[in-house]
Amino acid sequence: MTVTSLSLPSRIWISWVATFRIWFDVKFAARVAELCEGAAGSLPAPSPVPSAAAAVQPAVAEPASSANGALQLLSLLQREGRFLDFVEQDVTAFTDADIGAAARLVHEGCRRAVHAHARVVSVRSETEGTQLTLEQASADVKLVGNLAGSAPFRGVLRHRGWRVEDLTLPTLIGTRDPKLVAAAELELP
Amino acid sequence: MSAKLVVGIDLGTTHSAIALAPLEGAEARVSVLQVGQLISVGELAERPLLPSFLYFAHESEAPLALPWDAERRFAAGEYARSRGAEAPQRVISSAKSWLSYGAVDRRAGTLPLNAAADIEKISPVEASFRLLDHLNEAFRAARPEDGDLADQEVVLTVPASFDAGARDLTVEAALAAGFDRLTLLEEPQAALYAWIEQSGEAWRSQLRAGDRVLVIDIGGGTTDFSLIDAIEEDGSLALQRIAVGDHILLGGDNMDLALAHVVGQELAAQGKELDRFQLSALAHACRSAKEKLLSDAALDQVAVVLPSRGSQLLGGAIRGELRREQVERYLLEGFFPAVAATEMPKARPRAGLTQVGLPYASDAAITKHLAAFLGRHAFGNAAAAGSHSHPPTALLFNGGVLKSPVLRTRLLETLNRWLEERGAPPARVLPGEDLDLAVARGAAYYGLVRHGRGLRIRGGTARAYYVGIESPMPALPGLEPPVMALCVAPFGMEEGTHAALPPQELFVVVGELVNFRFFGSTTRRADQAGSVLERWSPQELQELPPIELILPPAGRAPGEVVAVQLQASITAIGTLKLEAIAQAPLTPDERWQIELSVRHGATSGV
Repeated sequence: MTVTSLSLPSRIWISWVATFRIWFDVKFAARVAELCEGAAGSLPAPSPVPSAAAAVQPAVAEPASSANGALQLLSLLQREGRFLDFVEQDVTAFTDADIGAAARLVHEGCRRAVHAHARVVSVRSETEGTQLTLEQASADVKLVGNLAGSAPFRGVLRHRGWRVEDLTLPTLIGTRDPKLVAAAELELP
Repeated sequence: MSAKLVVGIDLGTTHSAIALAPLEGAEARVSVLQVGQLISVGELAERPLLPSFLYFAHESEAPLALPWDAERRFAAGEYARSRGAEAPQRVISSAKSWLSYGAVDRRAGTLPLNAAADIEKISPVEASFRLLDHLNEAFRAARPEDGDLADQEVVLTVPASFDAGARDLTVEAALAAGFDRLTLLEEPQAALYAWIEQSGEAWRSQLRAGDRVLVIDIGGGTTDFSLIDAIEEDGSLALQRIAVGDHILLGGDNMDLALAHVVGQELAAQGKELDRFQLSALAHACRSAKEKLLSDAALDQVAVVLPSRGSQLLGGAIRGELRREQVERYLLEGFFPAVAATEMPKARPRAGLTQVGLPYASDAAITKHLAAFLGRHAFGNAAAAGSHSHPPTALLFNGGVLKSPVLRTRLLETLNRWLEERGAPPARVLPGEDLDLAVARGAAYYGLVRHGRGLRIRGGTARAYYVGIESPMPALPGLEPPVMALCVAPFGMEEGTHAALPPQELFVVVGELVNFRFFGSTTRRADQAGSVLERWSPQELQELPPIELILPPAGRAPGEVVAVQLQASITAIGTLKLEAIAQAPLTPDERWQIELSVRHGATSGV
């Protein structure tokens, strides 16, 4: 709305007409009341702030949805790679051969699940165990060992790190309980 | 509304895919559409392939809701496939193979084959429609600005080996989905278009006039061969499809099942009996074990582990292994034996009483089927091949199975040995990419070619078609009158053309249903409309589902005998149309359409 473009005479004319309509038109009066309330609410917050508030809002809502995302990922890993079955079982009594056989299954399935929904890349492309010079400290590289002095930092790359470049979880439809990560199974004879 | 896109759809036996290309813009850009589909109840994910499976929910189950339909009672794609092992009576697979199987009524509800009692069975045509419709829904959801697939130009691929009836039924399913700007394309041709699209202008230096490309397409359920020639025409290169192979129901799924059977027998010998669920898990496990063995020559065996079905993963698992020697014996020697070029696939005599089931190829050796195909069309073994003794010079692989370098090498070596025996130079391999998606991509590219943006492969129909007529000879007791084959549609008819009117007249009784026996030939290229064959070998002419005609009594007396001539034409879509034209028309241009792809069995000659 280009409210500011109205001239003073037209504003006086509007106020004159509106006064009468407010007296005799209940609906119109209600809408004006609504408008005044809204204006009052936005008064302490001029235009840039509401948009900032809008940007903050999803972040507030995120804890719930990111928990859903984590539950969804658990469900995927269980479905494709029996992840929860593996983690939840007490493995102490089993031989390495048994655990190895199970690990193959879990590895193959979980790998398939992760690759279907995420693109995981190394943070550093250098070979692990080689010398590396870091011109500047960065959150991408955690410094360990004899941590002293200032940049540039010279050291041996121990771990390349991982970064998820792309994560696309399946869209949830309907009223599925996200906490039900794997339904029980009943086989009918 | 004018179309903005050409859409290539690969409606496969085990997987379907869809590719798009904008009609506007100078560049021919083909992209693959990610198809939204249920991967479990209430979870939708986008995948480049839609498994060609349908699942029907039981009344105890919640609706299989999609973002565009909250109440749906069936699912297409990944989730449907995963239910295949858990509830097989509620799953339809391989609907496409049923489409080309003339022994069942393909418009009648036959699927799922052993359906649970509460399921209303659907026809192979409807199953195909539902898969196409799902692709359309996924398209609308992904690209709301582009509307509906029905607004676009659709190129739908079919196996080169599909006969006129199976092509008709495919079109029926597509029209039901609303795709009325439709064209059919043979899958091996689509694979070659994909190669052309992907190699850009460089393809012209890789293919020269005189080259003959053999396309070997091995998918999940079918194997398809084609020969395409590069010829010089008016000083520039042209491509012409020369021959297509028979319909062979043999593919990657058979290979995985064969290996699962081998490992399953070993487990059974150790006293480990597998249930249905474990057998299905075994086939999956064997597939990935096979892929590892085929891609890593250093491996000697790969463990095949079947998890227990309960929540206790360790302890209950069954452990077996797949060994290299088994893969070589059963896969390489079973499906791809290095046979002589003269070896023919064994035909197993059909048992008198068979269960209703698909006519799977009775000889698993794909190389023997290939030898038979080349014998007929390229090596000049068969008398009918005539002047087409011209061995292939280039080889294009397609289909998921041929992602394996070991299998590609075996095929190439076998072919090259055959070529060497004939003194011909070895074939070059045209490097294809994306063997799962090439057909859809090539189909979209062909859509652009139809607008003059690229080189078109010509070739027309891959078969000549014949109608069976009884010989005029006195009836002999106990002897069926010999049948002659009247050619109505010659080989290589182009879209939008008519065949000449054969001079022979046939007599049809008004108001009565008349069946004609119907034949097709991929080898008889010289026959013209009106040619009559008195005898033929089973390799030359294959009997197809019969065709039928009923003359409505409009204006004529029931029982009246009308003389007609049969005229064939190829529609703009690419399907065969047969019409009976009255010799003495009551009204100008009086004609009746003949129904193709009628169910086998109800034959009565004319």
